[in-house]
Order: sequence, then C-alpha cells, then structure tokens
Amino acid sequence: MPVVNERFEPLIVAFCCNWCSYAGADLAGISRMSYASNVRIIRVPCSSRVNPGFIIRAFQRGADGVLVAGCHPGDCHYHSGNFFTRRRLTVLKQMIEYLGIEPQRFQVRWISGSEGAKFAMVMNSVAEEIRLLGPNRKLRDVR
Amino acid sequence: MKITTDKVNSNLVREVEEVSGQKVSACFQCGKCSGGCPVVLTMDVLPHQVLRYAQLGLVDELLHCKTLWICASCQTCDSRCPRNVDIPKVIEALRLLVLRNKGGNYLHPNDLSEKVRRNAPQQGLVSAFRKFAK
Amino acid sequence: MKRIGVFICWCGSNIAGTVDIDKVAAAAGTMNGVVYVDQNKYTCSEIGQAMIKDAIKEYKLDRVVIAACSPRMHENTFRKTVESAGLNPYYLEIANIREQCSWVHKDKEAGTAKAISLIRTAVAKAAMNEALFAVEMPITRRALVIGGGIAGIQAALDIADTGFEVDLVEREPSLGGRMAQLDKTFPTLDCSACILTPKMVDVAQHEKIRLFTYAEVEKVEGYLGNFTVTIRHRARSVDLQKCTGCGECLAKCPAKVASEFEEGLVQRRAIYTPFPQAVPNKPAIDRAHCRFFTTGKCKVCQKVCPADAIDYEMEDRLLTNGYGAIVVATGFDTHKLNDYGEYAYGKHPDVLTSLEFERLLNASGPTGGKILRPSDGKAPKTVAFIQCVGSRDKAKGNSYCAKICCMYTAKHAILLSEKVPGSKAFVFYIDVRTAGKDYEEFYTRAYEECGASYIKGNVSKVFPEGEKLLVRGVDVLSGALVELLVDMVVLAVSVDARADAKELAKKLAVTVNEHKFFTEAHPKLRPVDTQTAGIFLAGVCQGPKDIPETVAQASAAAVKVAAIFSKQSLLSNPTVAEVEQKLCSGDMSCMAVCPYGAISEQVVEERRGREMVTRKIARVNVALCQGCGACTVACRPGAINLKGFTNQQILAEVDAICL
Repeated sequence: MPVVNERFEPLIVAFCCNWCSYAGADLAGISRMSYASNVRIIRVPCSSRVNPGFIIRAFQRGADGVLVAGCHPGDCHYHSGNFFTRRRLTVLKQMIEYLGIEPQRFQVRWISGSEGAKFAMVMNSVAEEIRLLGPNRKLRDVR
Repeated sequence: MKITTDKVNSNLVREVEEVSGQKVSACFQCGKCSGGCPVVLTMDVLPHQVLRYAQLGLVDELLHCKTLWICASCQTCDSRCPRNVDIPKVIEALRLLVLRNKGGNYLHPNDLSEKVRRNAPQQGLVSAFRKFAK
Repeated sequence: MKRIGVFICWCGSNIAGTVDIDKVAAAAGTMNGVVYVDQNKYTCSEIGQAMIKDAIKEYKLDRVVIAACSPRMHENTFRKTVESAGLNPYYLEIANIREQCSWVHKDKEAGTAKAISLIRTAVAKAAMNEALFAVEMPITRRALVIGGGIAGIQAALDIADTGFEVDLVEREPSLGGRMAQLDKTFPTLDCSACILTPKMVDVAQHEKIRLFTYAEVEKVEGYLGNFTVTIRHRARSVDLQKCTGCGECLAKCPAKVASEFEEGLVQRRAIYTPFPQAVPNKPAIDRAHCRFFTTGKCKVCQKVCPADAIDYEMEDRLLTNGYGAIVVATGFDTHKLNDYGEYAYGKHPDVLTSLEFERLLNASGPTGGKILRPSDGKAPKTVAFIQCVGSRDKAKGNSYCAKICCMYTAKHAILLSEKVPGSKAFVFYIDVRTAGKDYEEFYTRAYEECGASYIKGNVSKVFPEGEKLLVRGVDVLSGALVELLVDMVVLAVSVDARADAKELAKKLAVTVNEHKFFTEAHPKLRPVDTQTAGIFLAGVCQGPKDIPETVAQASAAAVKVAAIFSKQSLLSNPTVAEVEQKLCSGDMSCMAVCPYGAISEQVVEERRGREMVTRKIARVNVALCQGCGACTVACRPGAINLKGFTNQQILAEVDAICL
C-alpha cells in the first residue's frame, strides 16, 4: 500500500468575470505561474451576473469555498456592474456568517486582466485559508 | 546638508504626517506658500522647503531651523495651497516634535485675557503656547 | 437526451505534458450525454477542425465540448467550425484545460483530475445550451456630428469623404469653435485661421454635409445603426435663404453687448456674426439683448436690410432625423476664476486670461494684432505669465493638468518677444510639460532665443501698484523671493468640460468622469468609443488635448463611423437578457441597474380568469443590451435570464464542479 497523503484538499468554486479576472487567470497560465489546483473557474460575463443563489448552491453541494472575482471597482467592462456586485455580496457575506459558515469561505477579489501574478497569489492564499478551516459541513448536511 | 537613504527612510515623514494629519508627500513644490508668506523674509528655511526637507527626512535641519518659531500661523499659505496641505499644521507638528524632547508649556490658557481667548484663532493660540515654551 | 461530443486537444505537449489525455478521455466517455470522445494533437488545426465536422455528421452530435485552450483564444474559431457542420454556433462549449489547468499545475495527477472536472462542467453546461441567433439590424447611413469646432469639422469632413451623409450641429451662429479664436498654433506658429477657415468652407460646400448652426441636440433615442435625434433649430430671426451677408444690419444695430468670441474685450451688436470669417457668414439676432425683443421698439435691422431677410416672427423648430452613428465633439469651457482673488483678475484691466491675450495677438482681434494694455493702450514691456491657474489644483480648481498651457504659454512668450521689441516675459511654472513632436524644441526656443525667464514657483499674489502690477512669488530652485513690477499679467487658465456636458451625456446615455469629461470605453484600447455602441468622441470633450491630438481623434472617430456604415447590416450580440412575461412582476428593479438603458416598460394585455387585464412588464431592447447580466440578479421574481449564461446553466456548472 502506498502511503496516502492525508492533507485535506478543499474544493473551491470561482466565478470570474470574462473581461478581467478570467483574462487574469489566462495570463497566469500564459506566464506559467503555478498555483493550487483546488480552484474551478466558472466564466460569467460580469461579476454582477453572479446571483447570491449560485454561491449558496455551491455551499449546499459541498464546495468548501467560493470566490467571486471581477474587475477593479471603477474598471468594470460594463461600467457599473461590479459596484452592484460589491453591494450585493457585502450583504451576502453577512448572511453567510449568520448561517454559521465561516466568512472566509466566501471571498470577493478584484483582479484585472493584467494581474496574472495576483490571480495566482489569490488562488494560493484562498486555498490555504480554506484548507486551514477544513471541510465545509454546514449547509452540506441539509442536502 | 546631505540627502541619504537613511534620512529618506527615517520615521520623520510618518511622524509629522501622523501628528499633523497632513500629507507631506502631497506637496509638489509649487512655492505658492513661500511667495505669499508675510514673514518669509526672516525665515531661514522657506515654507516650501520645510515640506521638501520633511519629504526627504532632513530631520536635524528642520528641528533646528528658526522658521518653526517664526511662522505666525496666519494660514495665508494654506488658503492658497493647490494640494490642500495645511502647512501651519505641519509646522506645528514639527514644533511639537521639538517640544516633546524639552518639556511642557510655559503659558496656560487661563492666563490670557478674555478678549484674546475669544478672538484669536485657535491655531494662533496653540502655536503661541509652543513658542513661549521654547 | 442530448448527443454530446467531447474533443480533447493535446496542444502538442502543452496539455498532454501535464494531463493524462487517455485517462481524461475515458472519464469523459462516462459523462452524462456524451456519445463520442476524440483527441487530437492540435484541434485548432485544419485537420483537427475537419475531424470535428466529420464527427458531428457521423455521430449526429448536437452539442460539442472542446477541451483545449482558453475560450478567449479560439471560441470564435470553433464556433465557425460547428456552424459549418450545420449546428448552431452557440451549441459549442469550451473547457479551458490549458491556461487554467495544464499550464498552472505541475502535478500530473492533480492536473488530470482538474481537467476531468473542467470537462464535466463544460458538458453539463453544453447539455443546456440553446440555439442563439444574432438579429440582423438595418443601418441608417447618416452620421450626426455634435459640435462645429475643429474636432467636429474634421470628423464631418472625413465621414463625408468616405461617401456617407453627415449632419453637423453647432450651437453658435458659426462654425469654428475655440480654434477660430486662436492666433498662431504651436509648435509651428501656423496661423490658426489660415488652416481652419478652408476646412470651415469645405464643410459648408460639401455635398454630403448638412450644416445646422444655431442648433442644439434636444433628444436622442435608439441605438447603434438606428438613432433618432431631435434637433432644436433655434430661431435665428434671419432668413438664411434670403440673407446675402452684406452686413448692413451689423453696422446699424444700436444694441451692444460684450462679444463672446472676443472674450469680452470688445462689444458686438445684438444682431451679429461672431467673427469676420464666420461660416455661414450670415448674422443671428441675440434676442436676449435685441432692443426690439426687449422693449418692443426698434426694427432698425429690418429697415436697413436690402434682402428683407429679417424675420422677428421666426420660432424655434424641432426637427427629427434618423442617424446610424453619432460623433460627440463639444469641446471645452475655460475655467472660471472666481476662486482666484489673489491674481487680481477682474480687479485690474491688465490682468488677462490666456484666451484674452490670444485675442490681443490676433490680427483680426480688438487691437489688430498689437499687444496693448487694456488700461492705457500702451505696449507692455514686461509680462508675467502664470501657469496652472485652475489646473493641478485639487483645493479650488481642477486636479488634472490641462495639458496645453505649457505649450501655449511658450508660444505667447515667443510672440511677445516678436511683437514688442525689448520686452521681457517671465513665466511662473510648477513643471513644464512638453511631451509632443517638436514641443521641447519650441519651449527651448522661448527661453534660449526669445529671452523668456522661466521661474519655478507659483505666483502667490498679484498686487495692483498704480499703473503696474506687483507679482509676488518665490523661485523654488534658488529659494529666493521674487517681486516683479510688470505691465501685464497673463493667467494660463485651465480647461473645463462644458458646463452642460452632463445633460448631453444623459441625453446620449453615455457617461462622464468626475470632471464631466465624456468617458471612453477603454482608456487605452478604445479611446474613441463610448460605452454606448455607435457613439464616438472627438476632441477635448473627452479630456484635455491639443489640436493635433484632437484632429487625430476626430479622424479616428470618422473611421469608426465609416466602418459601421460599410457593413451590409449589423448583427446583434445574441447573449442578451430575456424577460419571461409570466414571471415578471413589473417592479422594474432591472431597469435601475441597467447601464445601457436597454430595459424599458412595456404594457401587455393578459387574460386573468375571464377578463383581460393590462399591466406593465420589463422589455429588453436587444440592440442596446450588452449582456452583462446585472439585471438578472436584481430581478426579484427571477424573470430575467441571460441567454448563453442562464441561471440553469450556471447552476448546472456549480453542480458539476461539486459532484
């Protein structure tokens, strides 16, 4: 029997806007910046497309963390989209805490299309933070 | 006078910014403060140079200059500054840095006449206390 | 059940190096709905694309998932591939297993597992992909140019020269704008009028251009290719058809008022042409100052007019036209100096703004091109030029640099030395900025050859001292105080956005920045576009710039317009929002968040029980919608969905990831 590495590997769902953060992820790839493989990206046109319901659903289905990434406020491809994102998700963050989920499990980051290094860094730090929290058990049990 | 990395990296800028609440780094050296200063002729370091010295961490030169005690806090400079830097506050912060190494105030507010207390600008009063304490 | 085909690309060793393709292919074969799995060394190659087409036909595939590089790279390529095999292009889904997997993960096991997960996600989404169709929209091939300064003139001429119709709207009675006010232009000292007026005449004579002066944009509706614009043609009180431009009326009119064109240095009449080379060179009556309109008596102009062109009964007319694209070129205002009491502007006649000084320099100006003090008519021997008045001043002016002042002040200093022998210019500056072709050389000429003294330091105060002016400041470099007695002070006033820029922005549904300059779609890569498709920017209305830059931007805007008009028809973006009528509650939260004004109210008739009721619901204009999806989240009943990124599709992706 080979020795099994028992290190917990969290599953993280990331919603990335097409114009900035998804491009940032591509740039990290083009620059061959290696980062934690725990993240799965869902491409959305704008971070304002991310319905808080999607995030709750991810937690329900067993995601250990959810990341929403968009353009920097003021740089939105659609002008004002990420301002809405910022407001909506600030409220959601409070609700997530209220539900008893550690607030660190849900993060919002602004990553531009030129910030490949930042993308890689954010993926690593988020993965590490959530790894320390351990598996998400809260909403998952409701399923 | 010499600008060195040690001086530029010294704590002075941070300290002055913290005490004064002003952004020393905002100054772009237009000189409008010095040009309009009514007491500039007796100063050894001009108001715009005070900010320049502070930006570059020239601590000794600043703490030993006469300008700190000449400034009348009339706020002519501050009312014309395009960068919104309240220079009397910066100079006041520098005076404080000197005084903190020396001792307390010489004058007590209660010693002043009612008329002075009512009508003199607050900044003027405070700087007067400092000067007497020197 | 859908029949999904999965095509896995090796990308040479780019993907195959870190991802175990065989293992991924085996896993893909077990996914829900997948009936065919294939792999290729380079899927984007012609052979790779041919394989996809063949497989679609042979295995009757109705959805295609390609696991390869980023969709930002080859989504369009593969959409065309799928389309040429007879499928809707939006049946395609891409799993990004290169940029977001093989290139960033070194561990083969983890990479393979992630690739499988990414493909599963793409398969789940693809199963729900619907056929989407771009709508063809017709184009009205006529452009509207707002503003008749050099930007508007250039844009109109360039569009018209490509053969398309242009309407040019100018608020003033004549074309020309700011450039018409200038004397010489830096860095070549070309005479401004000599290079501008021929263009003004070209506009007036061009068969493809209709010129509307004394007119303003009232209302804008519609979208790219199909704008409907209402233009207010203000009552000029002069019949342009009859008027011959003889100028009899100008001489006889008894009412005088400060001339805007001459920056108030002299007076004009109430019936006036702004300047001698005006286009059209026919007057307008300024009703606010006309003696007849203010007192009811006069009619002198009507009496002297040999052509019977004066019409006091004329009224504003609102005319509506269709346009395919709009160029905004509304220019700038100069900064108001109310907050700069220290410079004594308005208190002493010899303190001038730079634009007033420009009129003194101009041969057709109030002094015939001689530099003379307004106070006593003598030539000034010493002139102080103060830079950055209202610029780079976040305390009471504009925080930005107005960009043109360093150069025009150098020009003023050079012209002063030429026009007044033995004179001396002092230039007070904070920084001298001369980025531009031949600009640094021009500035050098001002202080090396023309004797201008540059003093680093902003002037603190200007004191009127009898006939002269005392300028107090400091030379920052030497630390020396500066006290100069001069004959004239010239203030390099900052450039502001037009005072009413915000109102126009609202009409056009474009945005302005915090300084009220119109915002470009992208600061680097789309500097001419606005966020609203079909509306373009030219000149200072977008941000301070000099004449060469303005002309370049105007020509760029013209090409953008011509590119639209050259198309047969416009295809709309099919990934737009869609309202489900029976779910929509009509509370219009969506309308409030839409940055494009694409959502409007619509009244619908519905059967409720036995009766018919009317109620309002949201309606999406597919031509305006850019597909951001902000509305979908704002909608409380969940009635709006975004095609191509539906709630169901995204939830399916979430579920597939979390399997």
